[in-house]
Amino acid sequence: MSVTLHHRTESPRHVSVDMTTTLGSLVVPDPVFTASGCAAAGQELAAFNDLTAIGGVVTKSIQLHPRAGRATPRMAETPSGMLNSIGLQGPGIDVFVKRDLAWLDEHGVTAVVSIAGQTIEDFSKIAGKLRAKPVAMVEVNISCPNVEDRGQVFACNAGSAAAVIQAVRRSAPAGVPVFAKLSPDVTDIVAIAKACVDAGATGLTLINTTLGMAIDTTTMRPILAGVTGGLSGPAIRPLALRCVWQVHQALPDIPIVGVGGIRTGLDALEFILAGASAVQVGTVIFNDPGAPARISRELREAIAERGMDRLEQAIGLGHRPPEEIIPELPDPPGDDLVGEPVDIVEFTAVDSGDGQPAADEGYDDESAGEGSSEEVPFDIEALEDYPSRDQDA
Amino acid sequence: MAVQVKGEVLTLKPVGEYFSMTVVAPGIAEQTRPGQFVAVSVGGQGGGMLLRRAFSIYSVRETGVYGGTVEFIFSVTGRGTAWLAAQRPYDPIDIVGPLGRPFALPREPANCVLVGGGYGSAPLFLLADALRTRGCRIDAVLGASTGDRLFGALDAKRMAASVAFTTDDGSYGEKGRVSDVLPEVIERVHADVVYACGPMAMLEAVQRVAGASYGGAGIPTQLSVEESMACGVGVCMTCVLPVVGGDDHTRMVRSCVDGPVFAGERIRWDALGTVPDDAIGADNK
Repeated sequence: MSVTLHHRTESPRHVSVDMTTTLGSLVVPDPVFTASGCAAAGQELAAFNDLTAIGGVVTKSIQLHPRAGRATPRMAETPSGMLNSIGLQGPGIDVFVKRDLAWLDEHGVTAVVSIAGQTIEDFSKIAGKLRAKPVAMVEVNISCPNVEDRGQVFACNAGSAAAVIQAVRRSAPAGVPVFAKLSPDVTDIVAIAKACVDAGATGLTLINTTLGMAIDTTTMRPILAGVTGGLSGPAIRPLALRCVWQVHQALPDIPIVGVGGIRTGLDALEFILAGASAVQVGTVIFNDPGAPARISRELREAIAERGMDRLEQAIGLGHRPPEEIIPELPDPPGDDLVGEPVDIVEFTAVDSGDGQPAADEGYDDESAGEGSSEEVPFDIEALEDYPSRDQDA
Repeated sequence: MAVQVKGEVLTLKPVGEYFSMTVVAPGIAEQTRPGQFVAVSVGGQGGGMLLRRAFSIYSVRETGVYGGTVEFIFSVTGRGTAWLAAQRPYDPIDIVGPLGRPFALPREPANCVLVGGGYGSAPLFLLADALRTRGCRIDAVLGASTGDRLFGALDAKRMAASVAFTTDDGSYGEKGRVSDVLPEVIERVHADVVYACGPMAMLEAVQRVAGASYGGAGIPTQLSVEESMACGVGVCMTCVLPVVGGDDHTRMVRSCVDGPVFAGERIRWDALGTVPDDAIGADNK
C-alpha cells in the first residue's frame, strides 16, 4: 500500500473523503458507531445526530430476559473518565426486537446488536432470536465487568470466550458479522483475540471498560453501590489503543472496531492508524450528545488534511515504517489543495474548528412539537404511563 | 425536542448562598415547560470533567436583545459547580435542554400548594406562572437548613396567597421542616394538589403528609426528584429509581426522561437506592 499525501493549509471541510469501511460482510459508508451502553438503543440521540449519517448504532447489551440492573449510585465521575455499575439494565430480547430494533429499522439506522448472557446457552438463544431481523452485525459482550461473579467474564479466559463465540456464530443469522467485545483486564489480549477468531468471530471490538473503583472520603465507603465498576472515558484511551495495536499486529487481516475514550476526530484517527477499521464513541456522548456526528466529521477532515482520500488508506498505517509513509510523487493537487505537494509529512493537526455543530444545523426539528401539547392532563391515570420504554413488557 | 446549544453566559450573580446563571441559549426558552431542566457541560472543552450537571430551569425569556435566555440556580458543591461559579459574561457554555417531564397542570382551577427545599424551589416559579394563568390559587411552603439557604422568598411572597417559611435552625420563619407546617397549610387552603422540589428526604416527607391529608383520603402530588445523572438525555441509565407503573409493576426508571417529575405515590420510597425484589427484571427473577 502506498499513500499519497499533500500538505493542506486550510480546513478541508468541503473535501470529499471516501469513509467507507468493511467489517467482514458489512460495508458501511462511515466508520463511526456509538458504543454499547452509551446510546441506549439510539432513539434518544436522534435529537442530536443524524444517525443515518454515521456508521451505525451499537445498542446497549441485550439479554434474554428483562433486567433491572444494579442499585444506585451507579456512577462516579473520575479524572477524564467515569465509573459505571449499571448491571446491564434492559428490557430483554423480545421487547427489544419488537420495539427498539423496529425503530432503528424504520429510521434507516444501521443496527449493531450487542448481546450479553450469563450462560453460553443464553448467548445462543439471544443470537437465534436475531435471525431474519434487521441486524447489520452482532457484537458479543463477553466482557461486561458488572457481574457479581468475575468468573462470569467470559473474555477473561480464552476457552470460555471461544465457547461463547462458537455458540453465537452457530445460532446468529447466517452471513451477519459476529464481533467479540473483549476486556482489557487480561494478561494477554492477543491470546483471547486469537481464540475468538478461531472460534468463528468475524472481528473484534476492543475494548470494554476496565474494572475500577472510587471511595468517598467523607463517608469513607465505596461510591458505587456495586463497589466496583467499569472505568471508561479518555482516561482509558491509551490502554484501548495499545490493545488495538497489539491485536492488529498479531492478526492484521482481522477487522477491529476500536473503542475507549475517543473524544475527537483525532482520537478516532489514532485508533484507525493503530489498525482499527471502525471506531465507537461512548462516554463522550454523556458529555456531548452530538459527539457521534461531530467525531465523524472531524475524522473525515483529519484524513483529508493528511492528504488521503479514502479512510482505508489510514487503517493500520501507524504500523508501517516511516519511509513507507513518505508519499510517492503525488499527482498535481486538485483545486481544493493549497500549496505544493511535499515529501515530508508533518503530522500536525490543522485546527478543525470549534468542534460543535452550529445551533441551526444537524438537528432534526421535525418532531419539535411532539409531546409538547400545552395541556397536561391532570387526572392521575393519565400520568401513570411511567414508562418505562425501557422495560415495557 | 431538546437542543444542544453552544451558548454564552449573560449574567452570573450570587443569590444568598447560591448562584444564578443566565445563559443565552436560543431554542431552549421557547420550548421550556415548568419542571424541566438543562444539562450543562462543565470544565471547558477538552477538560477532565465529562459528566453534565443538571439544573432545574428557574426562568426563561423567549426573546430579548440577546435572543432566548435560560436561567438556573446552583450551589457550589464540587469542582464542576465551582467552575460554573468562575465563569464570566460572554464565556461560552454548552447547554442541552429543555429536558425531562414537566409538572402536570390541572385542567380546572385548583388550590395548589408549592413546596421547595433549599434551591429546590427554583422550578416552582415557572410553575406558579403557569398555574396562575389557569386561575389556580397558590400557597407556598419554603424550607431550608438556614435563612441564607432559602431561595426565592420574595418571589414566593409575590406569587402566593400565603407563604410559610421553615428553617432547621429557626433563623428564618418557623423552626422545623416543611413537612411540619404542610398539614396545616393543606387543610387551611383546601389544597387539591401539592407540587414539590427538593432533597429526596424532604420529598418523601411531603408525600407522607399529602397522602395522609383529609383524614387519609390524600391528595395528588407532583414531585421533582433529585438523582445524580451522567447524561441527562436518557442514554446512561445511572439516574434510575424504583417507580410503580400504571400496571402496578415496579420498574427502575430514568429520572431524566421519565421524570424528574413523578406522581409521588408512584415512587417506591421504601426502596430508594435499591432494586426492590419485586421490580421487573430484579436479579431474583
